[in-house]
Amino acid sequence: MSALRARALRKRYGEAEVVSGVELDVAPGECFGLLGPNGAGKTTTLSMCLGLTHPDGGEIELLGEPVPFRARQARRRVGVVPQFDNLDPDFTVRENLVVYARYFDIPENGIKDRIAGLLDFAGLAGREDARINTLSGGMKRRLTLARALVNDPQLLFMDEPTTGLDPQARHLIWERLRRLTQEGRTLVLTTHFMEEAERLCQRIAIMDRGRIIAAGTPRALIAEHIEAQVVEVHGNGYDAWMERARSLAPRVERAGDTVFVYASDASPVLATLRGQSELSYLHRAASLEDVFLKLTGRDLRD
Amino acid sequence: MRWIAVWRRNFLVWRKLVVASVLSNLADPLILLFGLGYGLGALLPSVEGMSYMAFFAAGTLCSATMFTASFESMFSGFSRMHGQKTWDAILYAPLVIDDVVAGEVVWAASKAWLSGSTILAVAAVAGLASSPLVLLALPVAFLVGLAFAAVGLIMTVLAKNWDFFSFYMTLVMTPMTMISGVFFPADQLPRPIQIVAEVLPLYHGVELVRPLMAGRLPDDALLHVAVLLGYAAAGYAMAITFARRRFSA
Repeated sequence: MSALRARALRKRYGEAEVVSGVELDVAPGECFGLLGPNGAGKTTTLSMCLGLTHPDGGEIELLGEPVPFRARQARRRVGVVPQFDNLDPDFTVRENLVVYARYFDIPENGIKDRIAGLLDFAGLAGREDARINTLSGGMKRRLTLARALVNDPQLLFMDEPTTGLDPQARHLIWERLRRLTQEGRTLVLTTHFMEEAERLCQRIAIMDRGRIIAAGTPRALIAEHIEAQVVEVHGNGYDAWMERARSLAPRVERAGDTVFVYASDASPVLATLRGQSELSYLHRAASLEDVFLKLTGRDLRD
Repeated sequence: MRWIAVWRRNFLVWRKLVVASVLSNLADPLILLFGLGYGLGALLPSVEGMSYMAFFAAGTLCSATMFTASFESMFSGFSRMHGQKTWDAILYAPLVIDDVVAGEVVWAASKAWLSGSTILAVAAVAGLASSPLVLLALPVAFLVGLAFAAVGLIMTVLAKNWDFFSFYMTLVMTPMTMISGVFFPADQLPRPIQIVAEVLPLYHGVELVRPLMAGRLPDDALLHVAVLLGYAAAGYAMAITFARRRFSA
């Protein structure tokens, strides 16, 4: 049985269909990443899976419960980390967790130990009585994560869990999320950090303009959609060089003043660059980001 | 009873800010009561068989209750719904928007009841209400609070921004306070205006509280209670309908 299953999910706002036939299958215990540019429909999809936004069509099953019909029952066993922190600014760190636990009807005498454990997990032990506005962005994010765990959920939805955080804070969140999957919890996260998806997610779906346009393991997506090696070239005369490169590699793209060359074997391309003083280049393995850009295009989305 | 968790959340915030909150809800009406009461009261003979101060105390109780319920459900409610996104966070839990609306309405009514009952206590200490019947004004104050909290919450779930509330405050609440017998007897007004007042909830609160404070049972008490209950129930139902549209569309 899937932890989360969606079939033919649709949502329309006015003229625009923001979700057009999305299908999802998330296995219990896996970390699943929903990737896509801004406005792809990721957040709306999550909101429908939680039963908060009513779909115009399709079926959803969350932890065995039909959604939105029995969404409330499903949410008992689900945690949510939203894109923008909505901690209670009038409360301390501890009060935020105590008040949130009440929404789940958790008996008050049992919550003390649990909160101590959650604060430990979030690296906030000793900050119980701190006001929310005295916390750093990373601390707020970790407290939001702790809040999402207050009901010991089987499945966690996370909408861009590390957006806006510095690398230290991001790595700490990643480490905690891995711990959660080791505990057997199912994670569903949206992100547009490819590195995050590659590090954390067993499976990924790339979403654009309301549709899932590719899905699979990060490795399989790279193997299936893109040549194994990339050469990035920039500097004076890149235009002329680009014409030469076209005959040596199956795919050559330009973005601004950088040329991207994709090839399963880049050695003929690299040979033309050796001894060049005008052009600087970087030779690397293809990544998920290359797949993402190939599938969703290089145009700005905002 | 899931809405109780929402009520308790608001109560905890209130408890932390209690001094500022009570002061802002009570200072204005009490200053007005004693200021106007002494000043105007000296000029006026008895009004409806009581001192102007006693007359105005009943009006103040009702209007302060109305204002507290309305401010809490509109301005504070909008801040929780729109600014802080507190409602969103609650909706990730196994609560639905109906629970949030119920918790907010009962909370705003509770806070309004505290304003009304404190004014009643001050009036009693000042010798403006001595009959045991005044205790019946306590549930009336809660009912007035419920009616205005429910109507205020309709405004909140329809509001796009803060300015939206100015229309309701200026075009509805202020004129309603003038024509509902808070400052002077409503029957001094032309009949068409009286009819408008009788359709609105504040008048019925005043018609219940004033006789109770004077130690009499109100005339047409059931009718007044029914109108207030009607506003509370219909306002609550409408607030839920619009809230569902806003949150799950």
